[in-house]
Amino acid sequence: MNDMTPTREQREAALEGMGCKRKRVEDIRFTQGKGQYVDDLKLPGMVFGDFVRSSHAHAKITKIDASEALKLPGVIAVLTAEDLKGVNLAWMPTLAGDVQMVLADGKVLYQNQEVAFVVAENRYIADDAIQLVEVEYEELPVLTDPFKSMDPDAPVLRPDLDGKTEGAHGPRKHHNHIFTWEVGDREETDKAFEEADVTIKELISYHRTHPSPLETCQCVASMDKIKGELTVWGTFQAPHVIRTVASLLSTIPEQKIHVIAPDIGGGFGNKVGAYPGYICAIVASIVTGVPVKWVEDRMENLSTTSFARDYHMTAEIAAKNDGTVTGLKVHVLADHGGFDACADPSKWPAGFFNIVTGSYDFPAAHLEVDGVYTNKAPGGVAYRCSFRVTEAAYCIERAMDILAQKLDMDPADLRMKNFVKSEQFPYHSALGWEYDSGDYHTAMRKAMDTIGYRELRAEQKAKQEAFKRGETREIMGIGVSFFTEIVGAGPSKNCDILGVAMFDSAEIRVHPTGSVISRMGTKSQGQGHETTWAQIIATEIGIPAADIMVEEGNTDTAPYGLGTYGSRSTPVAGAAIALASRKIRNKAQMIAAHMLEVSEYDLEWDVDGFQVKGNPQARKSMKEIAWAAYHAPPPGMEPGLEAVSYYDPPNMTYPFGAYLCVMDIDVDTGVAKTRRFYALDDCGTRINPMIIEGQVHGGLTEAFAIAMGQEIRYDEMGNVLGASFMDFFLPTAVETPHWETDFTVTPSPHHPIGAKGVGESPNVGGVPAFSNAVNDAFKFLGSTHIQMPHDAWRIWQAAKDLGAHG
Amino acid sequence: MSDIEQIPVTMTVNGKKVQRFVEPRTLLIHFLREDLNITGPHIGCETSHCGACTVELNGMSVKSCTMFAVQADGAELTTIEGMANADGTLSALQEGFRQMHGLQCGFCTPGMILRAHTLLKENPNPTEEEIRMGISGNLCRCTGYQNIVKAIQYAAAKLNGTEFQEAAE
Repeated sequence: MNDMTPTREQREAALEGMGCKRKRVEDIRFTQGKGQYVDDLKLPGMVFGDFVRSSHAHAKITKIDASEALKLPGVIAVLTAEDLKGVNLAWMPTLAGDVQMVLADGKVLYQNQEVAFVVAENRYIADDAIQLVEVEYEELPVLTDPFKSMDPDAPVLRPDLDGKTEGAHGPRKHHNHIFTWEVGDREETDKAFEEADVTIKELISYHRTHPSPLETCQCVASMDKIKGELTVWGTFQAPHVIRTVASLLSTIPEQKIHVIAPDIGGGFGNKVGAYPGYICAIVASIVTGVPVKWVEDRMENLSTTSFARDYHMTAEIAAKNDGTVTGLKVHVLADHGGFDACADPSKWPAGFFNIVTGSYDFPAAHLEVDGVYTNKAPGGVAYRCSFRVTEAAYCIERAMDILAQKLDMDPADLRMKNFVKSEQFPYHSALGWEYDSGDYHTAMRKAMDTIGYRELRAEQKAKQEAFKRGETREIMGIGVSFFTEIVGAGPSKNCDILGVAMFDSAEIRVHPTGSVISRMGTKSQGQGHETTWAQIIATEIGIPAADIMVEEGNTDTAPYGLGTYGSRSTPVAGAAIALASRKIRNKAQMIAAHMLEVSEYDLEWDVDGFQVKGNPQARKSMKEIAWAAYHAPPPGMEPGLEAVSYYDPPNMTYPFGAYLCVMDIDVDTGVAKTRRFYALDDCGTRINPMIIEGQVHGGLTEAFAIAMGQEIRYDEMGNVLGASFMDFFLPTAVETPHWETDFTVTPSPHHPIGAKGVGESPNVGGVPAFSNAVNDAFKFLGSTHIQMPHDAWRIWQAAKDLGAHG
Repeated sequence: MSDIEQIPVTMTVNGKKVQRFVEPRTLLIHFLREDLNITGPHIGCETSHCGACTVELNGMSVKSCTMFAVQADGAELTTIEGMANADGTLSALQEGFRQMHGLQCGFCTPGMILRAHTLLKENPNPTEEEIRMGISGNLCRCTGYQNIVKAIQYAAAKLNGTEFQEAAE
């Protein structure tokens, strides 16, 4: 053999395929300021739209007078609900089966609600004009406490639903009630509680927060009246869905709507929904005939375009004296704000909250969720979360700790005792899911050994004694969290968005010279799809990732997909990419057989081409085959080498992980310092370990923020208190802990490459790890549960309430 | 058009002299992005918390969303567009961010790199703690900062001609 012939290993390395820490292709443009984000777009004649917003949380609107604003030079139009009624767009449907005002129609339901849309030549003039629009309000009683939503005398928030006893998800039992969602066997669960040795019950609240990507929501709408075509560039995590919704609402035929999501500056669930800003920009462009840009400012983003969580969960566990769990009961009071604009698959009013049995083998479980209206911003979105999985994981992980405390058991030991065992997979949970795979014991053991869990417990005990003796004012907490996620929405049998099944797609086209253009229905917002999708293709069809271009976000060129959120890209589109690649490889095999004049069954795949079995010298590389596909395909075969795949997953995937947090707390200041944070993730097959680690770092930082202070709070007048970065906690590099990452690999048995998704795991598992650490620190002083967020003030308050201040 | 008086401003941006008329209330970030088409610096918060709009002005890190263009009259500015080496290759910091996976969505990156650029001029060999403190005016929602710190350490080593050793996990 020629010395210059690359070895198999060299050929493999040249592909930069799956499993390699490939550097990101996106970074070339991003590090040079050449990303193309929505606000970078400038079109000839483009004007600017901005909102007049409500200062009140609940009020009737008695008058809107825009005459002074319209006199200002540079102001083009001021749209109100009355104008939108002309095009039947004063209200729009939400993803959750409710309707939502686009512009205030007679009343407002939350502070900063959109009241009128000012269109002006630039953003400065639009801002000036907003001040000149006169709105008169007649204040109504404000309802911000979800626990009071269904009081008999609670104010009526939604007169438009007057007399409507049936909602999108069943009967409504009160004028502020949205839905009741019930899963599981109530009778069997009640029986488990009757027979239990030990039970616990706790109200565990997961406060309202916000995804807050650094780039806010924004769009440019451009209506070409001659061609009757509408183009919308926007911050869309799901651009195809936006196109379909825009077509249904505007009655513009879908082929004449071009939706483009350019580079997106972070999403985290904030950019899934359709917001009044998009609708108003589109209408304004249709009315004016010129492109209209709408860009949220940060206050608007935090106070209006959705929120996350606001779940108030009463959890009960039944168990035997030895710690074996026998039943789980959960009731959730879900605060959805003024409209139910939850961004969940349409048939799932509480998302996949029924994953709340977590990683544990509960023989019986029952869950009931009541959704209610309040005078707060509508939502909620899945903030780095697969549809209420974060809430569910927090609920069960906190509840397991509380049970451990009651049983005087170590929380890690209690978990080990109750884990679903590896031989039980596929495992059917009491609340209806089929967990595809897992090896929980191995992951937990690895985590405990790596961090020196038993030694830490001994240290904690010694510190508690020292604290009691008055020798130190510092206490120590060890937060244990073991989560099971449910991602990859989802199978058409149970997942759709407004009737569109939640498949995803890939189209791969091999050019004659052996390079590739590929397009997917997903949309990266920082996940690095341009890098990782090419790695899957590279491994599957043997063309170097460097020769594969990945394009997303242009709905004219990309096959229809449901977008990127809920950690669904790799489980769903990742599978479509692998399957489209395999179609190409199958055709390539036939071409290679023709070229080598053998039967295709005599060929075997080898890294980057086909070789004759037993005679590896006789081989054709994919580059050669690609040329032949266009130059001299076998007789009777269509020329070309491309494939499309639409993938309807047979099941969800179930990533899991073991997270441990060691925290030191000064009881006199309430300052909590994270000494160590160890995160072991099992996301199945790992496509790019560098990117996985980056995702975990980022998700953990968001989890840290949420658990330790980030909150959208309201006062009783309905004033939103967390609507700027002054008040809304985003950690800087100084507060952010150091992250230790680790992994095990349990491939998904039903996914073509065994991958499960990872982006949201750290948020799901991280929040309970932090909160459990804080709670663990205080339990020796007699506390069972301290509500999040655990900022220094609240920790100090908790210490005071427990008598720790002497 | 608005009838607000326009004021002449002159500045040197990425080595190029520019002259424009602006309204006195025009923010520097809007002047860069709208008037000069320099769209690398971004707007993330308008309240000088996030640092996505960070540029270097007369050798100092400045958040261009909280400064008027007229206040920058006569100044010398560097934005991310002026960061690459003269031959067009990536500078040490740009390379460091890519090598160390110091960015994800890329929205904070131009401001973060500009802040790091000025930081390394102030302190060419910063400790991890000094880096974390030095970039604490710039928020990132994606990376958790750990790899940004490494990216800056990578660049510092390269600029100092020392060997960069990635800290053990």
